[in-house]
Amino acid sequence: MKTLAELAAIKARMQNNVTLREGAAQTRVVVGMATCGIAAGARPVLAAFVDGVNKAGLTDKVTVTQTGCIGICQYEPVVEIYEEGKEKVTYVKLDADKAAEIVEKHLKGGNIVTEYTIGAIK
Amino acid sequence: MVRSHVLICGGTGCTSSGSVKILDAMNAEIAAKGLQDEIKVVGTGCFGLCALGPIMIVYPEGTFYSCVKVEDVPEIVEEHLLKGRPVERLVYHETKSEDPHHATSLSETAFYKKQKRVALRNCGVINPENIDEYIAMDGYAALGKVLTEMTPDDVIQTILDSGLRGRGGGGFPTGLKWKFASGNRGNVTKYVACNADEGDPGAFMDRSILEGDPHAVIEAMAIAAYAIGANEGYVYVRAEYPIAIHRLEVAIKQAREYGLLGKNIFGTGFDFDMFIRFGAGAFVCGEETALMTSIEGNRGEPRPRPPFPAVKGLFGQPTVLNNVETYANIPQIILNGVDWFKSMGTEKSKGTKVFALGGKITNTGLVEVPMGTTLREVIEEIGGGIPNGKTFKAAQTGGPSGGCIPASLIDTPIDYDNLIAIGSMMGSGGLIVMDEDTCMVDLARFFLDFTVDESCGKCTPCRVGTRRLLEILDKIIAGNGEMEDLDRLEELSNYIKSASLCGLGQTAPNPVLSTLRYFRDEYVAHIVDKKCPAGVCKSLLQYKIDPDKCKGCTLCARKCPVGAISGTVKNPHTIDTAKCIKCGACMDSCKFKAIYKE
Repeated sequence: MKTLAELAAIKARMQNNVTLREGAAQTRVVVGMATCGIAAGARPVLAAFVDGVNKAGLTDKVTVTQTGCIGICQYEPVVEIYEEGKEKVTYVKLDADKAAEIVEKHLKGGNIVTEYTIGAIK
Repeated sequence: MVRSHVLICGGTGCTSSGSVKILDAMNAEIAAKGLQDEIKVVGTGCFGLCALGPIMIVYPEGTFYSCVKVEDVPEIVEEHLLKGRPVERLVYHETKSEDPHHATSLSETAFYKKQKRVALRNCGVINPENIDEYIAMDGYAALGKVLTEMTPDDVIQTILDSGLRGRGGGGFPTGLKWKFASGNRGNVTKYVACNADEGDPGAFMDRSILEGDPHAVIEAMAIAAYAIGANEGYVYVRAEYPIAIHRLEVAIKQAREYGLLGKNIFGTGFDFDMFIRFGAGAFVCGEETALMTSIEGNRGEPRPRPPFPAVKGLFGQPTVLNNVETYANIPQIILNGVDWFKSMGTEKSKGTKVFALGGKITNTGLVEVPMGTTLREVIEEIGGGIPNGKTFKAAQTGGPSGGCIPASLIDTPIDYDNLIAIGSMMGSGGLIVMDEDTCMVDLARFFLDFTVDESCGKCTPCRVGTRRLLEILDKIIAGNGEMEDLDRLEELSNYIKSASLCGLGQTAPNPVLSTLRYFRDEYVAHIVDKKCPAGVCKSLLQYKIDPDKCKGCTLCARKCPVGAISGTVKNPHTIDTAKCIKCGACMDSCKFKAIYKE
C-alpha cells in the first residue's frame, strides 16, 4: 500500500463489517424463523433479504434479523419491517422473489408493497 | 452476505475460562447448520467485564451472553442464530429488555454507563488479528494524516497541547518527552520504544490493549518515530503474555505486508520498522533505564538519570519510551483533535484512564473512565460494590509503588495530582479493592515482600532498606512489635525514598507510609493490644469455642487436621491453642457458629 487512497478503499470495503456491530441501523427486517416459518420456506426469504439489502447498498441503514413464532402460522413466511418513526409493516406468505421486490420497492424506494401485506390477505 | 456477527472474547481472562473452545465449537456448529456464509464468528480482545467471562455478544441485536459454556453453543446456534430467540438464561441480567430484537445496549448498563473508552475503544469490537477491521475503524488514518499533512513539530505540538501524560505511572507529559528527543533530526540515530512490561500485581490494561488492539500501538509508535526522527522501534513485552505477543507478532507482520511498516510508508519517504523484545518478568525492567538495558541484551538493572533516555537511551542514542496505554491514545488525539481530548478529564489530567479492578469487588475487570471520576463511582457504580454484604475499607492504587486510599477519601476525584496529594499514585492503573476482612499491616507486608523479591540489588537503600522494613513488619505481625518500631518504619521509609537509585526503590515504602498514615490504629492494635482487628495475622489470633453455642456434634474435632480439638459427644468442645495451627477448618465446618476467633 503506497497511498492514502488505498487505505480509504480498504476502509470502505470493510465498513459493512463493522457497522453491524454498532447497532446503528434505523430499519429492521425481522423474519419469522420458528419451526412454522422454516417449514413454510423462511430460509430462502431470509437469504433473499440479506442478499438484497447487501446488493442495494443499504447495509448501513438496514439490518436483517430473525425472530421466533409471530403467532400467525398460517401466513408464514412472515416478515415484519420496523422503521424508525413509522408503523410496523407485516408482510405475509413471502417467497424469495417477493422478498427481492420488497427490498427494491419498500426498503430502497420507500413504498410499501401493499399487496403482500397482511391487510391485503385478510 | 453476513447478517450476524458473533463476537467471542479472546482476552486472557476469557481464554483461561475456555473461550477458545467455545469459538471452535461455534464455528463447527455454524458449519453443521450451513450458516457459515450468513454468520461470522469473530475472536476479539477484552470486553472488560472479566468477572462474567467467557463473554459472547451477538450482533446486530447486541445480545450480551455471560458465563458461556461449550455445552451452550448448540442451543445458541439453534435458538438464537437460526430462530432468532435469544437464550434468556445466558443473557447478562442488566441487558435484558422487553424487545427481543434489541437488547438493552451495553452502554446503558451500570458497568459501562460511566465509562469512556478511548484507549480500549477497539477492544471487544474488532478482531485484533485482522488489520482490515482496524482500518475500518479509522486505523492508520492518523499515521496517514501525520505523514502527509503535518510536520514532525506539528505532531509534537499537538501532543503537548493535548495535555496527555504518561499512563505508565509517573504521569510525565508525553509531548515534552517527545520534544526533548526531537533535536537534530536526520543526523542522529534515534529509537522509539514501548513499555509493555506490566508488572504491578493485579494490573492488566497493557496486556488487554496489546491483545485487543495491537495495531493502535504500532500506529502510535510510527507516529512517535516520525515526530522525533527515528526509524526503528522496540516493544518490550513480558514473556508471560503469550496471547499479547502472538497478536502483536501477527499485527506487525500484517502491517509490513501492507507497507505500513517498512520503507517509504505512504510514499512519503518515511521509513519505520519495529521489533519485539521479551522481558523475563523482572519487576525492575518496567523502570525505563533497566528496560532499555535489558533490550540491549544486558542484565536488567537501572542506571542513574540524567542523562535521561531522551538524550541517551537505547544503545546510547536518544530514545522515546512510552507505555502501551499512552500510545493507544495517540492516534485518537491526532484524528479527533486536541480540543476533543481536552474535553475529558480534569484541569491537569486530561483524557481517560484505564483501571484493572480487582480484589473484593463484584465486577472484576477492566474499566476506562474520564480522569476526575471519583473512586466511589468506580467502586460502587461501575464495580458493582463489595460482594457478600461487606463494607469497603480501602483501595490500593499504583500496586506495590502506590498507596492505599481509605474509605473516608472515597469521593476523591481520581487524577495524577489528587492521588499524589493523598499519598498514593496513579501507577499503571491497578485498583485493588479491600473490604473489612483485610488487615492493613498484612497488606503493607505483602507489597514489601514483593519489592524485596523484585529489588535488583544494585543500590543499597533499596536492597537492604526494603529488607529491613519487611523485618520490622514481620516483627509487628508476629506480636513482638514495640511502638518505637513505627518511628523506625517511617524514618527508614523516608531514607529509602530519597536515596534509592530508581523508581522501584523510591516508591517501595509507599504502602508502608500510606497504611501508617491512614490506619495507624491498626498498627497500634498489633503492637499494644497484640490483636489483629481484621483477624488475619495468625500469630495474634486464637480460635475459641463458645461453650453455650457448642452442641458437641464432634464435627470440628473430626475436621481438625492436627487433632487440637477435644471433647465428648453432646458436651462442649475445647481447642488446645498450643496444638492449633489456625487453619480455620473448624470455624468453616461448625453449623452452630460456635467457633470464633479473637
